[in-house]
This record gives sequence, C-alpha cells and structure tokens, in this order.
Amino acid sequence: MTLALAGSEAAARLDKSLAAGIAGLNPDSLLVKSEFLFDIAAFLKDEPGLNFNYLVHITAIDYCDYFELVYHLVSLKHNHSLVIKTRCTDRKTPTIPSVVSLWRGAELQEREIFDLMGINFEGHPNMKRIFLWEGFQGHPLRKDFTDGS
Amino acid sequence: MALKTELFVINLGPLHPSTHGVFRMLATMDGEVIVELEPVFGYLHRGIEKLAENRTYKQNIPFTDRMDYIASMSNELSYVMAVEKLAGIQVPERAEYLRVIMAELQRIASHLIAVGSLANDLGAFQTPFLYMFRERERILDLFDMVCGQRLLYNYMRFGGVSHDIPDEFLPALKKLLKHFPGFIAEYDQLLADNEILLARTKGIGVLPKKLAISSSASGPVLRASGVKWDIRKADPYSVYDRFDFDIPTGSAGDCYDRYRVRIAEMYQSIRILNQAIEQLPSGNVLNKVPLRFRPPVGEAFAHIEAPKGELGFYIVSDGSEKPYRFHVRSSILINLTALRDMIIGWKLADAIVTFGSIDICLGEVDR
Amino acid sequence: MEVGKGHVYSGAELDIHEGKMIEELKERSRDIIPDPDSWLTDELRQNILLTTVDAALNWARRTAIWPVISFPACCAFEFMGAAASRFDISRFGMEIVRASPRQADLMITAGTLTWKMAPQIKRLYDQMAEPKWVIAMGACGISGGVFKGSYSVVPGYNHIVPVDVYVPGCPPRPEALLYGIQMLREKIKRRKSFVEEKK
Ligand code: SF4
Repeated sequence: MTLALAGSEAAARLDKSLAAGIAGLNPDSLLVKSEFLFDIAAFLKDEPGLNFNYLVHITAIDYCDYFELVYHLVSLKHNHSLVIKTRCTDRKTPTIPSVVSLWRGAELQEREIFDLMGINFEGHPNMKRIFLWEGFQGHPLRKDFTDGS
Repeated sequence: MALKTELFVINLGPLHPSTHGVFRMLATMDGEVIVELEPVFGYLHRGIEKLAENRTYKQNIPFTDRMDYIASMSNELSYVMAVEKLAGIQVPERAEYLRVIMAELQRIASHLIAVGSLANDLGAFQTPFLYMFRERERILDLFDMVCGQRLLYNYMRFGGVSHDIPDEFLPALKKLLKHFPGFIAEYDQLLADNEILLARTKGIGVLPKKLAISSSASGPVLRASGVKWDIRKADPYSVYDRFDFDIPTGSAGDCYDRYRVRIAEMYQSIRILNQAIEQLPSGNVLNKVPLRFRPPVGEAFAHIEAPKGELGFYIVSDGSEKPYRFHVRSSILINLTALRDMIIGWKLADAIVTFGSIDICLGEVDR
Repeated sequence: MEVGKGHVYSGAELDIHEGKMIEELKERSRDIIPDPDSWLTDELRQNILLTTVDAALNWARRTAIWPVISFPACCAFEFMGAAASRFDISRFGMEIVRASPRQADLMITAGTLTWKMAPQIKRLYDQMAEPKWVIAMGACGISGGVFKGSYSVVPGYNHIVPVDVYVPGCPPRPEALLYGIQMLREKIKRRKSFVEEKK
C-alpha cells in the first residue's frame, strides 16, 4: 500500500530555510507559497528519507478567487506519496515556477495547464498551446470562460 | 569535396496509417536520421474535462468510456473508484470481483491491439492484426453479453456494477480462458523469434530507466525499462491483494522489451482471471446510491493500473450534483513525454516502430 | 351473327391467304440469315455483354468502393471490427483502405471531428477524385453526439463535407455500418450519369 504522508509529516522534515515557504498544513496535503515551490520540490525530490522521484500528475483548479495547483508525488523507492499544493491569486498573468527541470514528466502537463487554464510556467522550455490552436480565445477550463459561438 | 547537405522537415500525420489516430509529428531530418522531433497534439481534443463539469456524476461515466476507447472498462473503474472514495461508498464483494474480471479481460483485449498494431507498423501488414482481432472479438462477445455493447460499455456504477452477469457468461469465460494461452503462444511463436521483428525492435527506441522514472512513464513502458512498479501491487485497489500474480519487467527498455512485457502480462491476466472465477462470491452487485447523488465537499484521487499505464481521476466536489473539477491523469499523454528522446538519432522507420510500441490511443491523449 | 349462316369469307379464301403467306416466306427465306455478330472475331464473341452505360458504370462503382483513412476516434474501432475477419468487409470489395485520398471513393468519417482537424478533413475530401461519397458514422459524425456543445467539436461532418448516408449509434455496430454501406450501394445504383436529375 502506498503510504500517504500527511502535510505535517513532510513539513517536519523540511529545512529551516524552507519552512518559511509553508502556507498551510492539511491532513492530506502540504500547501506552499508559490515562490518557494521550486525549492521545496527540489528538496523533496533529493532528501534521502523522502526521495520523491516520481511525479504522478499536476493539475490546476480555478476557485474563482485563486488558482490552486496540485502536485501529486510518489517515491518509487519508499512507496509513499505526498500532495503539495500552491496558490496563485493573479488572474491576469498567473505565473508559477516550472518543475520540468526536476521531473521531465511535468513537461506536457504544464503545457496542458497553460493551454486550458492559462497559467504561465516560468522556466518551461516550450511554453505554448498544446491542444487548442493558436488564436483560440480564452482558456476553457476557467470558470468564467464563455464560448464565442 | 565535401557534399553540402541540408536539413529538411517531414510531416507525419495527422491522418497517417501509422499514427494510430490523429497525431502529428514534425521530424527534422538530416539525410535519413531524425535530428529533431516535435509532436503536435490536440486533433482529438473534445473538451471532456470541461463538458464533465456540466454533467452529473453519473452522466460522466459514458464520457470516461470515450477517452481510452480501447480500454473502456478500465477508465470506468478508475472514475467510479475516485467518486466512491470521495463519497465513501461501499462496494459489494461480488461487484469487486466482477470489476476485476472486466478490467483484466480489457487488459488482454487492449494488449492484443497493441501487439497487433506494432506488427502492422513493422510492415507485417494486416495478417497479425487480423489474428488479434479474431481473438479480441471473443472478448467483445463476453462484454456484449454483460452489458449489450461492444466497445463503450457504461457498465460500472457508483457502488457496484450495473447488473449481474448472465448465466452463460461464466461457462463462456472459462472456455475462453482454457484456449487463450494457446492463442498467445501461437502469436509468440510467430513473432518472438521472427528475424524481422528482432532486427527492427531490438535496441531500438531505448528508454533508459532513469529517464523513464523522471518522465513519469507508467505501465508496460515503465516496466520494460526495468522498473518493477505496478499499481496493482504497489497500491492495491479493489481486491487485487487477494490474487497471486507476477509483474513482468524488461531490462533494456527497447521496443522489443515493451512487446515482451505485454505478451507476459496477458499470461498474468489469465492467471488473475482464473483465480477470480474460483473465488467469485455470490450476492448483490450494486449498493443503493441516492438518485440525486451529491458527494460531500472535498477532493479525491484514485488511480489504477490500466492497460496502457497509470490512469487516475482527480475529482473536486463542491457539494452539488456536478463535479467542480474533473481531471484525468492520462497515462498515454505522459508516456509520450519522452517520445522525443526515444526517437532522436534514429531513422524515420524506427520512429514509427517506437511510436507504435508505446501503444497510444488519441482519445485519452487529447481528451 | 347467326350460327351457320353467311360466312365473311368463302371456304377457300382463308386457306388461299395462308398459302400465299407461306409461299412468300418460303421465297424470302431462300438465303441463310447471317449471324448478326458474325463480324465479331472469335475472341471478341465470348466477351461482349450489352447494357446501358449507367448500369455498367454504377455497377463498377458500387462493387469496389475503396474507403480512405479518416478515422479520428472511437468509431474507428468498430470500422476495423467490420473490416477484420469476422464481419469481413471484403465481401463488398472494400477491404482496401487507402492512405491516399486520390485512390479512394468513399470517406467513412468514423469519429469526432474537432475544429483543429476540420481543415485536414476538408482537404482530404477535396483531394478525392470524383465521384466520391461520404458516410457519416456514429453520433459524432451526425451531430457531434455526446460532445455536442463543446468548444472544440464540430457539430456534425455535414458542416464540412456533404454527407450521403448517416449511420447512427455510438458507436454503430459493424452490422449497422454494413447496412449503411448497402444503402450507399443502393444510392449509387440509381445514379444517372448523363441526365440532369430533377430537382
Ligand atoms: S459516435 Fe460515439 S463511438 Fe463514435 S466517435 Fe463519437 S463518441 Fe466515439
């Protein structure tokens, strides 16, 4: 059985310098500030006891007031999992650091989120639309999206 | 005198016999060798994630069918598991076994297509494909028996399955399972030591173990690279912890290993099926769920080992009848992340084989 | 006329008339009538069949309809099911699925059409040589099906190409597709090549 780590368990193992990046602890996830996302992710990946080497998936949710990004991590070595979340309140040009340099698996998923949710990933090697064509108006998965037709 | 050469671009797709649907690749070639590859997605992007937000939970089950349409049962299983986790719905034991039976039959059917179309891409035009379809039809007959559809079943429900199997199902399944190892052995005999297959797949399209993990590959693609990771064992769902089976893995991570892993997995599925039939309890198959079903506010993620990899659903509920967010962790889209690395440096013909060996279905890639 | 009284002809008159006819025919028939096909050489003689141009053309067209590859989504698998050994579409001379539109007569639109794909389908159709036909297979092909209303789905192929036969179902079973193909053949059979059809 994959052991799902609680937010507090993972937070307890974080370095002091990174602890400032924690925005909240939930029983099933760890909420971090978006500026710290990359550093915390890098730490979680490399810390021997945690070793989250496999990124299961990334997704984004539009809560109208803010976007929430959900990263689901698994360690194939220790067989435990962790969910980290981050938020972004800017609706006009939401920007989040990209994690492609840590997990290649994020590449297409971040492009998908950019296409459908309109969130920009800073540091992504090829940030462009993936499913819809260039010139498509809006980002369909946003709650305020309306189809032009 | 040095010969002056120039790079040129070849466009493959979106409608190309070897792209298994509508997928496009832009290959930059230096002579015969591919030096850059850009996959282009989205030709089948139907907006399922958005449409699902405007349908009730139950109405979304048919949508999941239409994602990976070669393995509909697995998609349904993953979705209903996510919603059951969200709402805390119990599933009767018999229904769990029926789900496992359907999912494993589906795995065999899907792998048959994968192997058949790989052979097709290798130039064995049609013959292996027709063999595979012959066997697949027998499995489709079984599905037809339980739910009346051949391709998109809409069979699973929250809290069980839509109806119990008919009386003639189990004898037919037993008969099929008796003959099936023979069929697989027959293909293997025709293909495994085939000179052409070996020459075209051994050492081609290698996905190293490290890259496989970092690019989040899953399913047979990950296992062929030597990673022993199968959700059925690592994070057992349904009743998989009651069965005895192995996880076949490869070592080289090339096209041949991916082919071997699929063949070996079919044997394992037969093992699971035999045990499931033996243990199949009697009883009811569907727990009552309110008609106007509203899960509590919250979110849930459930994943299964689908034929093509780890398929997951992430559902966010705001307490209404419709999901607030319906996200699919598409195994195939993520498996394609490393496509570029696997193909660059090889010839165009190898690109087709490598692409075929990943086993894709555009319905799930683009959604 | 009263029986037994007054004949129109005298007793011998009819017989004489008949005799004359016989004599005349005998006179005319001294020579052998030549075989009308005698101008044909031996080789040709066994190979000629007379029919109308339409019937001949339509027969040729409907017995070897080659489909082009245009299988975007799920319905494609039911098409392949129809093409594979069990339903065996080659009974109708259709098993050759062409990758090149220039060699094909029929487009079976098996799957959802998205706006991103639509220009390609249009181009494919334009490249097919006349005469050409389209079968819209599945609910998606007819109206967008379950995906009608999505921001990226074309609500039916008939927005892009003219459709001859609609096959409903999601997906249609291979039997339904075969029935659709029979209807198309019926349609081709009635086609007139040289007469302006009444509007
Ligand atoms: S009609 Fe149904 S089966 Fe056919 S392409 Fe559309 S959704 Fe798929």
